[in-house]
Amino acid sequence: MNLTNMYQEVILDHYKSPRGKGLKEPFQGESHHVNPTCGDEITVRVQLTDDKQKIEKISYESTGCSISQASASIMFEQVDGNSLENFDKISGEFLAMMQSKGIFEPSEDLLGDGISMIGVAQYPARIKCALLSWVAAKDAIIRARGEK
Amino acid sequence: MTLTDSKFKLDIKQIQLDFPILSREVRNNRKLIYLDSAATSQKPQVVIDAQNNFYETINSGVHRGAYYLAELATDAHEHAREVIASFVNLKPNEIVFTKNATESLNLLSYSFLNATLKSKNDPTIDKRLILKPGDEILVTELEHHANLVPWQELCLKTGAVLKWIPITDEGVLDYSKIDSLINSRTKIVAVSHMSNVLGSITDLDLISKASKSVGAFLFVDACQSVPHIPVDFHKLGADAIAWSGHKMLGPLGIGLLGATEELLEIMPPFISGGSMIETVSMSKSTFAKAPKKFEAGTPPAAEAVGLGAAVEYLQKIGMENVHNHERHLTKLMLDGLKEIKGVTIYGPVDDRDRGSTVSFALDGLHPHDVGQVLDDMGIAVRVGNHCARPIMDKLKVQSTTRASTYIYNDDSDIHALLEGIDEVFGFFGKK
Repeated sequence: MNLTNMYQEVILDHYKSPRGKGLKEPFQGESHHVNPTCGDEITVRVQLTDDKQKIEKISYESTGCSISQASASIMFEQVDGNSLENFDKISGEFLAMMQSKGIFEPSEDLLGDGISMIGVAQYPARIKCALLSWVAAKDAIIRARGEK
Repeated sequence: MTLTDSKFKLDIKQIQLDFPILSREVRNNRKLIYLDSAATSQKPQVVIDAQNNFYETINSGVHRGAYYLAELATDAHEHAREVIASFVNLKPNEIVFTKNATESLNLLSYSFLNATLKSKNDPTIDKRLILKPGDEILVTELEHHANLVPWQELCLKTGAVLKWIPITDEGVLDYSKIDSLINSRTKIVAVSHMSNVLGSITDLDLISKASKSVGAFLFVDACQSVPHIPVDFHKLGADAIAWSGHKMLGPLGIGLLGATEELLEIMPPFISGGSMIETVSMSKSTFAKAPKKFEAGTPPAAEAVGLGAAVEYLQKIGMENVHNHERHLTKLMLDGLKEIKGVTIYGPVDDRDRGSTVSFALDGLHPHDVGQVLDDMGIAVRVGNHCARPIMDKLKVQSTTRASTYIYNDDSDIHALLEGIDEVFGFFGKK
């Protein structure tokens, strides 16, 4: 089955055992995103360090398909405790991969387990699922910085 | 079209040959198993040919131009209207062509808004169309967004209050409070004939009697019924019905509003401009009689002609036969789904008094993932909230997987779905 390109073991593992799931206090920015076609939902909270340069804590609560859930778990792993500069690099790499139609060599340094999502990029209907948590995280960061 | 036995068994193999898309392969070179006709139906060759033929031989503006082609195009367009009208037992001037059923429902909603706004300066506006704060519009909790949002909007603009017939936790309409829900304040009742999620059929007899007793208009969203069961407008007891062409073997881009001559006469126009006028001066205009009053601009004539061909194709098969065939498939699907451990069916589980649209869930699996694995086997089903989010909230699910049939589906398609569901469980290690 070609489907194993999309549903790689590592994705199913994140789906079954999501990392970092559950909303945490305190937080400076919170963002709730919904995929209107399937009803998938995620809330992301962000607490920044005092100098506003680093993500001190990112947390989330979500419901949805395996792709959206695994993506949220991977997002948490890659960006929790990371600098905002790195967040931009990582989320930029992830977005570029998802828009590549699968023709892309993702950086494992940046994406970690996220490179396993390359197969999802071949299925246009599922790209939104993969991006949901990343878009919500970006919005939560903007709110945490007081820019919204 | 040949009937293989005296009862109702259709020669489905023969019908399938009429649909060119069914011979193509989809993902992984699999045969296409199309179980999403509730979203849009496939098109037989006669429909594709009718539309192409319009462009190849008679393309020109309808209802304008005195030349030969314009006459032929106008005749073809109006012939389609006659065919479609007779299909639901209406007169041709009681059929309005729109872009889709959503536009048909918006036409109704905006016409009431326009009547309400115009009534401040125009004493000739029919009082029954004027909405005041405190008036009520009644829908049901299982409406497609297309028959919900336009009425929410109308309420916001007029101060009318939206009420709804609730559904039970099992997804069945609860009529127990119908007498208080339809009352002297009720001006409009807008309900679907058949649920696009659950396949359940609304008790229009009951609703129509109650609506008539208080003088409320009854509008029916017939998108899921007209393509699949015999529908006689006058037996519904409605003032208007809306449905789409593309769900009944016709082209995309054409929808229908069927309404009583009287209602079309009193309703002010929705979209204005060319073709819908009688006389125009710089300061004011008067309007053409219905249906033209509601058909501003150049109409999608090729699509209307294509839809006319679709209706003729359905008439040849016979809507009773369509219904009986689909009922057979529905029973097969429901019985099969009930056999599979871990499957929950939403809506009526009996094939009587329901359409062929079946929503279900697989324990522990998200519909998107279910649909993806089925797609890998060439099976096209719908996953999501089916533009009916309130039902999802009521059923306490995010979304469902939905399979729906039409005349080109056969037993093997249903068996493929049922086997596919087993494979889905297997793929995610649930069995």
